[in-house]
Amino acid sequence: MRPTASRLLNILVPVKRAVDYAVKIRVNPQQTGIDLNVKHSMNPFDEIAVEEAVRLRERLKDGVKSIKAVTIGPPKAAETLRTALAMGADGAVHVELPDSAPAPEPLGVAKALRALIDRESAGAGKVDLVIMGKQAIDDDAGQTGQMLAGLLGWGQATFASKVEVDVAKREAVVMREIDGGSEEIRCRLPLVVTTDLRLNEPRYASLPNIMKAKKKPIEKLTAADLGVDFTPRLETLKVTEPPVRVGGGKVGSVDELVAKLKEAGFTAV
Amino acid sequence: MSRFQIIRHGLLVRGRARHFSSVSLADIDHFRTVLPPHAILTTLPTVATAPVAPAELDQYNRDWMGKYTGKATTVLKPRTTHEVSKIVKWCNEREIAVVPQGGNTGLVGGSVPLHDELILSLASMNNVRSFDPVSGILIADAGCILQSLTDYVAPYNHIMPIDLGAKGSCHIGGNVATNAGGLRLLRYGSLHGSVLGLEVVLPDGTVLDQLTSLRKDNTGYDLKQLFIGAEGTLGVITGVSLLTPPAPQASNNVILALPHFDNVQPLYRKVKRALSEILSAFEFIDRAAYDLAVKHGQGRALNPEDVEGAECFVLVETSGGRREHDEEKLTDLLAELLGAEKPLINTGVLSQSPAQFSSLWALREGVTEAVSKEGKAYKYDISIPLAHFKTVVDSTRKHLGVKGLLGDHAVKHVVGYGHVGDGNLHLNIVAAAYTDEIQDALEPFVYELVSSYRGSISAEHGIGAMKTHALHYSKDEVSIALMRKIKAIFDPRGIMNPGKVLE
Repeated sequence: MRPTASRLLNILVPVKRAVDYAVKIRVNPQQTGIDLNVKHSMNPFDEIAVEEAVRLRERLKDGVKSIKAVTIGPPKAAETLRTALAMGADGAVHVELPDSAPAPEPLGVAKALRALIDRESAGAGKVDLVIMGKQAIDDDAGQTGQMLAGLLGWGQATFASKVEVDVAKREAVVMREIDGGSEEIRCRLPLVVTTDLRLNEPRYASLPNIMKAKKKPIEKLTAADLGVDFTPRLETLKVTEPPVRVGGGKVGSVDELVAKLKEAGFTAV
Repeated sequence: MSRFQIIRHGLLVRGRARHFSSVSLADIDHFRTVLPPHAILTTLPTVATAPVAPAELDQYNRDWMGKYTGKATTVLKPRTTHEVSKIVKWCNEREIAVVPQGGNTGLVGGSVPLHDELILSLASMNNVRSFDPVSGILIADAGCILQSLTDYVAPYNHIMPIDLGAKGSCHIGGNVATNAGGLRLLRYGSLHGSVLGLEVVLPDGTVLDQLTSLRKDNTGYDLKQLFIGAEGTLGVITGVSLLTPPAPQASNNVILALPHFDNVQPLYRKVKRALSEILSAFEFIDRAAYDLAVKHGQGRALNPEDVEGAECFVLVETSGGRREHDEEKLTDLLAELLGAEKPLINTGVLSQSPAQFSSLWALREGVTEAVSKEGKAYKYDISIPLAHFKTVVDSTRKHLGVKGLLGDHAVKHVVGYGHVGDGNLHLNIVAAAYTDEIQDALEPFVYELVSSYRGSISAEHGIGAMKTHALHYSKDEVSIALMRKIKAIFDPRGIMNPGKVLE
């Protein structure tokens, strides 16, 4: 039996453009932040979220009606949406911020996502499932998913390592990573899921899909369109590098070791 | 007894026409006047220090593949050119044969002793002497590890002109002595161009100081070129002056899956034309090599549907000064390739992040490691015209099949991969064990095959101990006779790395 149209899933996947994890982080000379003139890519946890949405569609086939990716960031953040589209998302929304704007904070992002979800529900279709990274590797805040679920009054399944959705029953069974083991919970839709590292291994976007993704339209919105304010509520006082690790040395003999210890002020008892 | 030992026994007879002295206790006593105690590793029962267990010398005596094992009793680790000079001078007078050793990552047994030669390890000579960020000229001790030099010049926005799989262990001195090729050759040329000067200790202990940093120097015979690729048979390289290129500001890579090998050549022409100055690598992996790399976890595999129906893969890398410009060029090329009426490629993967960039490279670079994990490898590193890459792999496989040597009992895989841009194919035969039968089936078969295309039996690995008997397939009698004369001029007593390069 085919499920009725109203029951098909609309999935929203928020993604963030972050400094790539392979890049060596350098603090700027003014100590106000880090050097951002380096290679960026999609936050790895968000990549897992996109992959999970695409895998859900592969498993549920027609049960998934749409996968929409959304990002909030400067013009270049559109690249992240292209990657999400190439991996298998079928729509994308870019809430564009000026290049000069400060990075938005979790609460601002969560409010913007709520506004977007309301907007989608009024237009394109009710969002049933939000899958997002448990944290972004740049600020490591790890708050947005929880805040979003709170603002929407939805259930939340955080740190997911396995997600199964029953479209007909409108519920999901999620395995969560917790201290010393895992926990299985059953949730009703709509739901916010945040992804942990073990959930899946994201695929490479294939060439034909990358080329197709370049032609797909990206819907552009501004903070004003969503009626949200991204002004930061926190002030960064200072950013510093961690102390440099001092390497060890190798000694050639016991005598040399004893001499070095004496040099360092150690004496026999 | 494997065939290798028999061949080497043959060498022993010829190589020992002149008898070298073994290292004696008196020699150790002398070395103690030159070096501190911890720089001398010997299994000889010396009075002054406890001898080391023979097992501790294994890492110096055995080559990386575990194919060649020497019986050296003594390893010396000098820290300065002066110390090297004193050691070599002594050995020359005493007629002790010397094997200079770097990271010992060679693939042809050139860096390990054949008998009980003295091992001269350059590992303790590992200081950068100078770097000029304006000209990009780096002067370093021979024992510097390639990766550490790469890290050293990185903050100055420069890179090493050479890069290879063994970068974490190999020494720059060894790279120069073996004229190592590697992954950047297509872009930055061979070491014959990048090396500006050398400091070499000659077999009589004389120091040849040609450690200049001049880009142009037309003043007579270019002696340093003789030591590049001499594999330590003419002297010990102790210092290297190298031209390092500026680091590219943006790199990208893509793996393309091809339905037929025949498409590689037209693809290479198209890629060269479309990417021109930003093309920095064009590498080839056949399906069998790809499957092995994936099996042994080298890099993340492509999606199964992308691999389906692919006979081989090509990895293209771009490096340039401006990301947007490079990406536009690459995208245009890929669009053209995918949109063509008769596409040369099935599909491919374009890296989306530095992590994916490394992962795609690992599929290519990891083949070497995967091969050695899979079994015992017979490695042939040959230069032949690109059009014959597949023919050589296929006819080798067929030849082994006819001899009844294909299967889990003998040869498990015949794989081909390499540097298309340089016409360099790595033909690897992966066997359950090294046996006479396989060896006899492969040689001289492979060498004759290469010779029939006027190819080279050693494109970048060198001759070492493995291919001395086959040198004549690539060098004619006149050339070999001249090489012998040159060897006699530099090393009249023949103490430097005997049995390597020349028989």
